[in-house]
Amino acid sequence: MVRADFDRNLEELEAELLLLGEMVEKAIIKAMDALERRDLTLAYEVVAEDDLIDEKRFELEEKCIDLIATQQPLAVDLRTLLAVLHIAVELERMGDYAEGIGKICMIIGDDEPVETPKQIPQMARMGITMLRRSLKSLMDRDTDLANDVWDSDDEVDALYDGVCHQIFLDMGQNPKTIEASTHFLWVAHDLERIADRATNIAERVIFVVTGRIGRYKQPSQGTD
Amino acid sequence: MQNLDPILQTRGLSVYYDAKKAVTDVDLDVARNRITAIIGPSGCGKSTLLRCFNRMNDLIPSARVEGQVLFDGLDLYGHDVDPTEIRYEIGMVFQRPNPFPKSIYDNVAFGPRINGFQGDIAELVERSLVRAALWDEVKDRLKASALSLSGGQQQRLCIARALAVEPRVILMDEPCSALDPIATLAIEELMRELSEDYSIIIVTHNMQQAARVSHYTAFLMVEEARVGFLVEFGESRQIFTNPKDERTEAYITGRFG
Amino acid sequence: MSVISQSEFQRRRARRKWMGRAFFGLCLLSVTIALGMLALLLVYLLIQGATGIDWSFLTSFASRHPDKAGIKAAMLGSIYVVIVAGVVSFTLGVATALYLEEYAGRSKFAKIAKINIANLAGVPSIVYGILGLQIFVHSLHLGKSVLAGGFTLALLVLPIVIVAAGEAVRAVPPSLREGSYALGATRWQVIWHMVIPQAFPGILTGVILAVSRAIGETAPLIAMGALTFVPFTPDSPLSRFTVLPIQIFNWTSRPQAGFQEAAAAGIIVLLVILLVMNAGAVILRNRFQNKWEG
Repeated sequence: MVRADFDRNLEELEAELLLLGEMVEKAIIKAMDALERRDLTLAYEVVAEDDLIDEKRFELEEKCIDLIATQQPLAVDLRTLLAVLHIAVELERMGDYAEGIGKICMIIGDDEPVETPKQIPQMARMGITMLRRSLKSLMDRDTDLANDVWDSDDEVDALYDGVCHQIFLDMGQNPKTIEASTHFLWVAHDLERIADRATNIAERVIFVVTGRIGRYKQPSQGTD
Repeated sequence: MQNLDPILQTRGLSVYYDAKKAVTDVDLDVARNRITAIIGPSGCGKSTLLRCFNRMNDLIPSARVEGQVLFDGLDLYGHDVDPTEIRYEIGMVFQRPNPFPKSIYDNVAFGPRINGFQGDIAELVERSLVRAALWDEVKDRLKASALSLSGGQQQRLCIARALAVEPRVILMDEPCSALDPIATLAIEELMRELSEDYSIIIVTHNMQQAARVSHYTAFLMVEEARVGFLVEFGESRQIFTNPKDERTEAYITGRFG
Repeated sequence: MSVISQSEFQRRRARRKWMGRAFFGLCLLSVTIALGMLALLLVYLLIQGATGIDWSFLTSFASRHPDKAGIKAAMLGSIYVVIVAGVVSFTLGVATALYLEEYAGRSKFAKIAKINIANLAGVPSIVYGILGLQIFVHSLHLGKSVLAGGFTLALLVLPIVIVAAGEAVRAVPPSLREGSYALGATRWQVIWHMVIPQAFPGILTGVILAVSRAIGETAPLIAMGALTFVPFTPDSPLSRFTVLPIQIFNWTSRPQAGFQEAAAAGIIVLLVILLVMNAGAVILRNRFQNKWEG
């Protein structure tokens, strides 16, 4: 089979990307865990392990550049390599948000526990699901699944609106909770961004399969 | 293809060598003042197709052409058409540079002279060499033998020679395959300059060259059942990033066979 | 894979080297023999005939007295006849070769024609003499003239010119033809401007071979009626004539020693004429050949 070497390199590259996805998923879960249980050690781990995520992203970038330079990829090969490059960046940013949540956890420290708004764990669950599905849609080249991820973002945005609204009310009513509430705002923001990044990944999957660049649907709000 | 202003069109073009079919039923539009690349695996009929445009296949006794080739509406294979007249309008550059064993000047002047050109030949020679980006390198030794030039220079000389008869179309049959990479890039740049005034068709087996140089690309293929049929035609940008046909994709990503 | 022992390998290498040297020696020996014989012939000729060449020899007619014998008539006759033969065989030969290669190409007719032409080169020359007698002397009423003799010889050497010219035309690279056609040249223009100039050295080679053959022919000319004793110079294409080989043969068959010397001198004159003609053609050929090499 011609280009067996190149094919093998591409497969290995995608496997590495999925590995990075797993690392990011674990980081998000850990961060949320730490937040819920006020576990400072866990939070510290999340922050430290973000370096590994950054390293892995640069590793992937280098491999992509290498293959682009030496293999003169065209058509689907070119689109795949470019997509891997972009998705690695998205994943690394998601890792940064997880790290952000970990840092907030450390800031909260062992303050008086305040009730976590219920939307936040919901947003986290949805975000993780969207991350998983977007990477699965890449693995299977499944544009339908990618579209589903796109659609899920609306729900996350709705939850985000809800939690913000709720927190502003609380802050208004109970000024003593302002500091704690602000922290939750940040967490909610990070989770919303995670979900958004997952939709970017889904966009890239659609690009690989169909060659279409650009937004698949109209942006609802607050996209970068 | 919308917005394509065709200077040449083939309709149902097929070519046979005795009983063997080499090109099957090709409908192709060649855009005016653009570069169109014809790509495909070995033996897919690209050169045969190219040679239909200036009726060079007439020189092969066993070759038979069916269908139409329209040049601004005129069927080149019509009854009253004289092949030698066509070749003034549609010139050709070959795979191996083939300068005549004469001086540089006489090479470029050959075409005009045999066509009975009455004007200032020296001026025409200079103009052609300038347009072929060779003038500066040879202006002091026009009487030197053409065979003393390097490979890349010889090919540019052949281009100048073709330009001297003032064609509207230039056919190029793998013009860079006998040249080193630097000479190749020089010819490619020349092609882009020339495409402002001439319509160019290039046959190439080098995908990257087709991607670099052409505005439109046609992909010809060969199967057991059919030889030399057109699989896909489109803007090069689209063919090389997102081709419509999976056979095209298999070929340009090198996954053929 | 069998392992060849070191000594076995050495022995075979030594044998190969030895065989190489032996072959070279054989070739050298052959050259020595061939050139040696040639040199011997020339030396013998020079010894025999050099003294006999003087102006009176060149300007006198043949006579019964050896000291008064001259080759004026024969010399002029040879030159005229060879010129006629050369011109006719050149034009007919090149035209035929061009037709067979360029126009008839790979047709069956061309293949058959080429085979037969090559065979004609092996026909005994006396046959051409008889042919010439019938066609040129009698049917065309040319008489036993220089013209008839020239035509007869032309027929004789025609196959040589055709074969050489055909080869030269075939050797013209197709890329040059294609390049010419692609510029809008007609078939005739391609032949005239590209093929003939390129093939010219090869064609001239053919002419050299033809002329060399023609100048030495005796039998066909005797058969069509050349004279052996000619006390006049040919003054028109239709006059009777003799040629050097005939005159030389005539002298060698006479008993007097003086005539043997005259014969040797005649041979030298023949060789000189031949050399001059060949040299002229070679110079011409070289001019065409080296002109445009890169």
